[in-house]
Amino acid sequence: MSATVITITSGKGGVGKTTATANLGVALAMLSQRVVAIDADIGLRNLDVVLGLENRIVYDLVDAIEGHCRLRQALIRDKRLSELYLLPAAQTRDKNAVSPEQMIELCDQLRPDFDFILIDSPAGIEQGYRNAVAPADKVIIITTPEVSAVRDADRIVGLVEADEKGPASLVINRLNPDMVRRGQMLSTEDVVELLAIDLLGIVPEDKEIIISTNRGMPVAMDGKAASGQAFRNIAGRLMGQNIPLTPLKGSPGVLDRLSRFIRG
Amino acid sequence: MGFLDQLLGRRQQKSSDIAKERLQLVLVHDRINISPGTLDKMKDELITVISRYVEIDANGVEVTFTQSRRESRLVADIPVVGLARRTSVRGTAASRGAGGDA
Repeated sequence: MSATVITITSGKGGVGKTTATANLGVALAMLSQRVVAIDADIGLRNLDVVLGLENRIVYDLVDAIEGHCRLRQALIRDKRLSELYLLPAAQTRDKNAVSPEQMIELCDQLRPDFDFILIDSPAGIEQGYRNAVAPADKVIIITTPEVSAVRDADRIVGLVEADEKGPASLVINRLNPDMVRRGQMLSTEDVVELLAIDLLGIVPEDKEIIISTNRGMPVAMDGKAASGQAFRNIAGRLMGQNIPLTPLKGSPGVLDRLSRFIRG
Repeated sequence: MGFLDQLLGRRQQKSSDIAKERLQLVLVHDRINISPGTLDKMKDELITVISRYVEIDANGVEVTFTQSRRESRLVADIPVVGLARRTSVRGTAASRGAGGDA
């Protein structure tokens, strides 16, 4: 068995790449998959804090690539789950410390021991992005329903196709169903029509994301949060499960609440 | 939107629709990476080259991009002058619409 390498990227910064990587890693591990999450954002390390593993870093990605340690030594095991590992980014180096060829080699070394290798890409379309996408078998593009994020996502769709890594699949993050209903936000259908790639999942806007990140406990571990469920659904789809894309429910309107009150 | 507008049924366009329309336009230009100015220049050169072989109505030439899924298509609609008479002898009239994909 050899791992599937999935790169999570977006073009624009701040749309949820790291949050998605952490949560998909957790959700896949909860489905008994052996997972390693690689932080490819060299110089701007963050996957460690989102996963709550920042205090356990000794070696990093660049140490492993430059031979300062064995690859196994740089992997941090998440004790809350049986088979989730983090390969943290170097914090004091920059994107040029690593080449796409070295990333491919690194992933090839990891492939025999894992089911999934998730790579958290840095924002942008330069060296860091190239390093993150080079070893990918699949690319997931994250966007939010905003003009700037969708425009940047479209650039990435084109680049992924040019690199023959396509077709990429799409995750729409931070969708607010109430705003969509009021015509104040691009809908899922709008975004899918504009980008013309397959939709892998929709994650609702959820304050639980901020709360769980404060704690270093990815929201997918939380059985109740809507966003956590969305990430678990995406993980299931990545494993080939047939989980239908259900439209997101907004908060109940006045009529909903009234009818529920009458019905008791 | 004011109360009076609402009363008279004058509705402001939804901001989500505005976002979609703006994106549709900007994405076409991002994808082909050709500015409107360059497009005009290309159109002039096309007219020069084709005029060497066929008499065309330069004012009626239209060069546009169309989009379907992730495929961009350059469509040139070039009206040919004088062809109508000759073809009409054979019973077909096709003076316009000699559009071709490039």
